[in-house]
Amino acid sequence: MIRENLPALQVVIPLMAAPICILFKNGRAAYGIALAATLFAFGAAISLLTQVLGVGPISYELGGWAAPWGIEYRVDYLSGFVLVLVSGMGVVVQLFSPASIKREIDEEKHYLFHCAFLLCLTGLLGIVITGDAFNVFVFLEISALSSYILISLGKHRRALTSAYQYLIMGTIGSTFILIGIGLLYMMTGTLNMADIAARIGPVATTRTVLAAFAFFTVGVSIKMALFPLHLWLPNAYAYAPSVVTAFLAATATKVAVYVLIRFTFTIFGEHFAFEETPVATLLMPLALIGIVVASSIAIFQKSVKRMLAYSSVAQIGYIVLGVSFVSVTGLTGGIVHLFNHALMKGGLFLAVACVVLRIGSDRIDDFAGLGRRMPVTMFAFVVAGLSMIGVPLTVGFISKWFLIQAAIEKGWWPVAALVLLSSLLAVAYIWRVVEIAYFRKPPEGEDRITEAPVSMLLPMGALILATIFFGLNTEATAGVARQAAEYLMGAVR
Amino acid sequence: MKRHSVLRVVAKLFLPYILLFALYVQFHGDFGPGGGFQAGVIFAAAFILYALIFGLRTAHKVASADLLRILMAAGLLLYASVGIVTMLKGGAYLDYNFLRHDPVHGQHLGILLVELGVGVTVAAVMVTIFFGFADRKNR
Repeated sequence: MIRENLPALQVVIPLMAAPICILFKNGRAAYGIALAATLFAFGAAISLLTQVLGVGPISYELGGWAAPWGIEYRVDYLSGFVLVLVSGMGVVVQLFSPASIKREIDEEKHYLFHCAFLLCLTGLLGIVITGDAFNVFVFLEISALSSYILISLGKHRRALTSAYQYLIMGTIGSTFILIGIGLLYMMTGTLNMADIAARIGPVATTRTVLAAFAFFTVGVSIKMALFPLHLWLPNAYAYAPSVVTAFLAATATKVAVYVLIRFTFTIFGEHFAFEETPVATLLMPLALIGIVVASSIAIFQKSVKRMLAYSSVAQIGYIVLGVSFVSVTGLTGGIVHLFNHALMKGGLFLAVACVVLRIGSDRIDDFAGLGRRMPVTMFAFVVAGLSMIGVPLTVGFISKWFLIQAAIEKGWWPVAALVLLSSLLAVAYIWRVVEIAYFRKPPEGEDRITEAPVSMLLPMGALILATIFFGLNTEATAGVARQAAEYLMGAVR
Repeated sequence: MKRHSVLRVVAKLFLPYILLFALYVQFHGDFGPGGGFQAGVIFAAAFILYALIFGLRTAHKVASADLLRILMAAGLLLYASVGIVTMLKGGAYLDYNFLRHDPVHGQHLGILLVELGVGVTVAAVMVTIFFGFADRKNR
């Protein structure tokens, strides 16, 4: 019974756990419930992915209503892969959270943190698993509203204003997406993704569908913080509690990229999206400019969290670059980087969370001497940083390898060169932190700073090991990503 | 506003009917216009009227923050557990056909319970939002 209902339970269990947290109104009980629900979600996601890899895409009819009329949950290679990523990051962050939120969030708000976290997880998982376009919007709102709450839990006063800024931008983004979906519904009379894809052909060249595609693309670009629309992101990441930053950086923007891939390839179809409209010629320059500009801004940041936030904007550029090649290799690179970037950026933000726990600040100058005071944390930072640069044996290398390969396949040498050169910018901002942490003397009287507790080091260490493991064993990630890319590119024909 | 006897008397007269109308909208939702959200809002409106006329402290005596918190969570849980029950009975999530032996009765019961869950949560959330703003002075 559990097995055939797994697609529904994937979303329902975290959703039900959230109000139970509210009922208990106790931080510790809420933590137990949240952890159990997140672990269940992770197990369900792994089981779904293995099923998909074995027997192909799974479809589930909610309420027993058949697909074009009722809401369909659909797990294919890409969604299974992203489900595992999102729920896995959820588990890591939940395991990591107790010590960190104890310092950064007021005790009486802990149960609210866990409740909002679960709702955010529900929303993100729901976006990925659903096969219904309107359902995507509903879950998008669930995850967005709960992430505004999570960000505003930050202790700094500016956490509220940055949550508000994100609220305004996020609402504009999801409204645009809703308008796009509404126009699509108007032209095709259906909300089921596969059904829209089947019916869009005859009306694809109408102005209404073009407008729908335009609204959708801009809306989702805001959500994933693509370069000129990224302004909400640095503040939100800098002032949110550290664990929230780690979770959102690893999942929220990635799921927005998933929505972009899903809509352009599954619903609109690559022929319409990339040949009849100039979206690819628009996305690629934006991605490239984003990579260069955001990486350069990152070099000059005083706060490490904000630096990593700008680096996230640049990394979204790499993912979108992969998508905009519109080739199997490029899409594989984008999907792999989606996964890999989540691992390394999650690891980096968790390392910063450890530092914030001990010294109470994320200013880059306060990192002085931490290489000796917090050796494990800083070592983790260095490994994840190397991965960010794209050094071989780490996951970052794999993604860049695919991206460069895709560029060479198309004969776009300047793009390949730019991807390589932009790694140097990553060297610059990662090295700044490493230099200060290892080669600058700590200020006097700071001897009592010790390593972070084991409860935080273990989840962080697991992520760092994963960045090495998936850098060596590429079959698990790149293999699935290639299968997903081939399925997406083939699904249109 | 306790001293305005006209307001007080009229409000007292209205309150039961507003509440009753909310319940009508709630339980008649599957035959006519209405449903959980509308009913919840109307129910909360009656409550907010009560708080406006008789003061926040009296209103808090009727609905404490704890009660509202529990109701908020309970409504959502009721909704979601209907789905769990249909799964346990062998159907898909929220497939009401499986609630009873007769699918028509099952659909009837299912939508009634789900809408009740919506109604409870919406009413509790509305009142909580009202208190959230109204209590700011006292903090």
